[in-house]
Amino acid sequence: MKNWQKHLGLLLPVLIIVGIAVGVKLTGKPATREAFFTVLKAIALASSLNMILGYTGYVSFAHIIFFGLGGYVGFYLVSAQGWSLWLAMLAGGAAAGVLAFLLGKAILHLRGAYFALATIGVNAAMQAFVTNFEPFGGPIGMNLNFQVYQQYGGAAQALETAFYVLAGIALISVIVSYLIRTSKFGLGLLAIREDEDAAEVMGVVAPNAKTWAYVISAILPGIIGPLFFFKNGNIEPHDAFPLQSSIELIVMVMLGGYGTVLGPILGATAYQRMRGYLLTSPIFKDIQLSVAGVLLLLIVLFVPAGVVGWLRNRFPILRRVLQ
Amino acid sequence: MTRINDIRAILQVKGVSKHFGGLVAVNNVTFDLPEGQILGLIGPNGAGKTTLFNVINGVYPATEGRYSFRGKDVTGSKTYQMAHLGLARTHQVVKPLDELTVRENAMVGACFGSKDYNLSNAARVADEVLEFVGLIDRAEQPAGSLNVAQKKRLEMARALSAQPYLLLLDEALAGLNPSEIDAMLETIREIRDRGITIVMIEHVMHAIMNVSDRILVLSFGKLIAEGTPEEIANNDLVIKAYLGDPKLAERLMQQNGNGE
Repeated sequence: MKNWQKHLGLLLPVLIIVGIAVGVKLTGKPATREAFFTVLKAIALASSLNMILGYTGYVSFAHIIFFGLGGYVGFYLVSAQGWSLWLAMLAGGAAAGVLAFLLGKAILHLRGAYFALATIGVNAAMQAFVTNFEPFGGPIGMNLNFQVYQQYGGAAQALETAFYVLAGIALISVIVSYLIRTSKFGLGLLAIREDEDAAEVMGVVAPNAKTWAYVISAILPGIIGPLFFFKNGNIEPHDAFPLQSSIELIVMVMLGGYGTVLGPILGATAYQRMRGYLLTSPIFKDIQLSVAGVLLLLIVLFVPAGVVGWLRNRFPILRRVLQ
Repeated sequence: MTRINDIRAILQVKGVSKHFGGLVAVNNVTFDLPEGQILGLIGPNGAGKTTLFNVINGVYPATEGRYSFRGKDVTGSKTYQMAHLGLARTHQVVKPLDELTVRENAMVGACFGSKDYNLSNAARVADEVLEFVGLIDRAEQPAGSLNVAQKKRLEMARALSAQPYLLLLDEALAGLNPSEIDAMLETIREIRDRGITIVMIEHVMHAIMNVSDRILVLSFGKLIAEGTPEEIANNDLVIKAYLGDPKLAERLMQQNGNGE
């Protein structure tokens, strides 16, 4: 009886994602479904970024590379090697996890601004590598033969399936995020975020904890990448590694509240809806990214804890529900 | 010295030096620390006391020398390895995990210290320790909202939650008012009575004379004296290097007597 109360913090995150999936099912409109596909993708990516940015305190400007690399590896396996999408998604996740492990060993010992700068370099290097890697189609990228969709019940059915699979992955992302946040491993990460030296003095094995947090945060985008580009039908370097998306993910996490489970979900939903509005508005459509910049500035200046963080500080009674 | 050799040494430091470039911060220091005692570490500012802590704790590698903890050579171990072996410390400049609650701060100590507790046991240990250091009423508060005296106690609580065998206290009394100092000294004695060995760096002379079983004196990185508080207060070298005024030493001993 008491047991479910302990996990009250998981309630809202799960409800939001299930609500989106059910809502889309009920309306049955492909346009609504496509709009919420990007919302779910943003929720999953922002939640995964939060594990390294929000829990561990390492600002990464390269989170999108895991999405891009996973996407490329998975797309290549589906289009050139004839793998099934599901296996390709797992392979994409594995590739992203391995990259994060190697990167973690190489640059996670850097602190603060130095780590952030290194990730910008990594983002650029990754894009340059893929642009020049012939098996992945170089600068042109790769296309999917439309025949492939037949295995998944035709193109229209494949699009719909992709949406519900993504909803499942988003659900897994927030559950993983919650499990980390409420675990001993997560407590160690939070300690690292607050003061890495003090955490180590208390016995937190920071090098390992940081690396594993980074690997877990990379696997989820690596799984989503193949699904996204499978649905798109083609993949190109600038679609797979847009630096601006890495920044937008940071805005989402900061807007909702870094280091909380619910924050990135709210931040991603709000930002993605706002972005949709801005992109279609005649005034803002060209300066949509500068709105993101101004938004980030305002958050950092006035609500550094984000919406959920602010609510938790303001109304301690809500803490059990808002995690 | 014979008395010391009879008791098991929890920490043995042999010829440890630490150089920072040309600066010799700790110079060939050797001592044994018997289990269950409070050892005071005193000396002028810049004498190398905190550096010695940092070497034993694994923050800096020793340039020369070796040290062993509970009979095992631990020279060059990392800070988190020392924590797992049962060494805990507090910091001169407090390092609270600001955005975590007071209880979570103590839980970090319990989870990752010598006992490797799971979260629910860590919460229980944390609450016991917070009760002991007098912070239990603030368990739900963010650590950043505590005042200096409370943050000092939080450092202590985190270290104790790790259930260490040896506790290094770096100026736990600095910045506290006289009544806070008395309360903290009482806490420190109780910790020793629970069987935890303590090394404390301190500048509050009457306090350290009062609470220590033995005292080491460092000056310019060198160990210049070692002995009971009485021996240290009457040691000519120590008076010259640190205490300055011979009358001060007498007065300290008188205060010590009154304090008992």
